[in-house]
Amino acid sequence: MLAIARAVVYRDLLLAARRRGDVATALLFFVIVASLFPLGIGAEPNLLRAVAPGVIWVAALLSSMLSLARLFAADYADGTLEQMLLGAAPLGAVAAAKAAAHWLVAGLPLVLIAPLIALQYDLPAALYGVLALSLLLGTPVLSLVGAIGAALILGLRGGGVLLSLLVLPLYVPILIIGAGAVEMAAAGLAPDGQLLLLGAALVLAAAFAPWAIAAALRISIE
Amino acid sequence: MTTSVRWFWYASPQTFFPLAGQIARWSAVGAAAFAIAGLYVGFFVAPTDAQQGEAYRIIFIHVPAAWMSMFLYLVMAFWAAVGLAFNTRLSHLMARAIAPTGALFTFIALWTGSLWGKPTWGTYWVWDARLTSELILLFLYLGFMALQAAIDDPRRADRAGALLAIVGAVNVPIIYYSVQWWNTLHQGASVSLTRAPSMAAAMLTGMLLMALACWLYSIAVAMLRLRCLILERERE
Repeated sequence: MLAIARAVVYRDLLLAARRRGDVATALLFFVIVASLFPLGIGAEPNLLRAVAPGVIWVAALLSSMLSLARLFAADYADGTLEQMLLGAAPLGAVAAAKAAAHWLVAGLPLVLIAPLIALQYDLPAALYGVLALSLLLGTPVLSLVGAIGAALILGLRGGGVLLSLLVLPLYVPILIIGAGAVEMAAAGLAPDGQLLLLGAALVLAAAFAPWAIAAALRISIE
Repeated sequence: MTTSVRWFWYASPQTFFPLAGQIARWSAVGAAAFAIAGLYVGFFVAPTDAQQGEAYRIIFIHVPAAWMSMFLYLVMAFWAAVGLAFNTRLSHLMARAIAPTGALFTFIALWTGSLWGKPTWGTYWVWDARLTSELILLFLYLGFMALQAAIDDPRRADRAGALLAIVGAVNVPIIYYSVQWWNTLHQGASVSLTRAPSMAAAMLTGMLLMALACWLYSIAVAMLRLRCLILERERE
C-alpha cells in the first residue's frame, strides 16, 4: 500500500515538475491577494500587524482551493482515474496520496513563502515560526478536506465556483484556529493549545478524509 | 415471513406516495391549529417583558426557527446516511425535500434575529458565536442544494449530496465550537445573549406551541415536496 502511495505521489510530483506554470500560478495568486489588502485597507503599520494573520490565512485558503479544482480533473479527463478505480490498489490509499501530492505542490510552498508576506505586513520576526508552523499543520487539512469537494464536482459545469461553495464553509474551523494561533502568539500568550488543535484536526482529517474522498470518487465515476 | 415487521414496506416511492399525502394533510391542519394557538398566546396572553418591552415577542418565531434550522440539518444528514447505507431512493428524496425548508428556517432565524437585535442591542448584526455558526449553516444548506442542482444524473446527484450532507454534519459541531472559541478570543465583553433566567410560563407555552407548529409545517412541506419529487422521478 505504501509503495502504491509513493508511486502516486511521485507521479503527481513529476507531472507538476513538467508543468511548473501551474504550481507558480497558485503561489503567485497567494502573493497577489496578500499584497492587495494593504492597497485596499491602507498601509497603517498597526492595522497591518493586526490583520496580518487573518489575511495570510485567508489568502492561503483561497490559493489552496483554487488549485484543488485541478486535483482530479486531468486524471478524470484522460481516463487515468477510471483505471485507478478499477485497479487492485485500495482507492483510499490512492486518494490520500493524491491529497498529499496536492499539499506538496500547493501547500508547502505557501508555508515557505508566508514569512515573506509576514515581513511585508511588519509582523514581528518572533511570530514567523508560529505562522509557518500553523500553516504547516493546517494546509494539509485543507488539501484533505478540499479533495472531497474536488472529487464531488468532477465533470460538472461551473465546477470551480461550486467547489468554493462546498469547501469554504468546511474550512472555517481551520481558519479560526490557524489565525488564532498567530494572534495568541502576537498577544504574548502561548499558542500551544491552538497548534495542538490544528494537529488534532490533521490527525482526524488524515484518518477519515481519504475514505470520504474514495467514496466521492466512486460516486462521481460510475 | 408474514409475521416479521416489513421494514422496507414504505421505502418504495409508490407505496409511500399516498401515505405522504395523508401525512402532509394532517400535518398542515395541525400546523395551522398550533400556529393560531401559539400566536394567540404570544400576542395576547404572554406579558410584556420588563427589559425588552414588546420587541421580545419576535422570540415566538425566532427561537423555533433556530431550533428547526439545526434539527432539520441533522434529519437531512440522517436520511442521506440511510440512503447511502441501504441504497433506498426514497431516503435520498427525503433529504432533498428537507433541504429547502431547512435553508428557509435558517434564513428566518437570521432575519428575525437581526430585527430583534436592532432594538435590543442597537445593531442588526454582531459577530456572535451563534449568529456566525447559523450563517455558516446557511452556507452548508446552500452548498448541498447547489451541488444537487448542478448534477444532471439523479442517482449521482442523490449520492453526491448525501456524502456532502454527512461530511457537513460531522463538521457542524466542530464549526460551532471553533466559532464559539473564536468569539471569546476576539471580543471579551460583548453583548450577552442570556435572557433573564426566569421566563414567564405563558412565554414558554407560546414558544413551545410555535415550535410544534414549525415542526408540523416542516413535515407537511417536506411531504408535499417529496410527492412532487416522486412524480418527477417516477414518470416513466
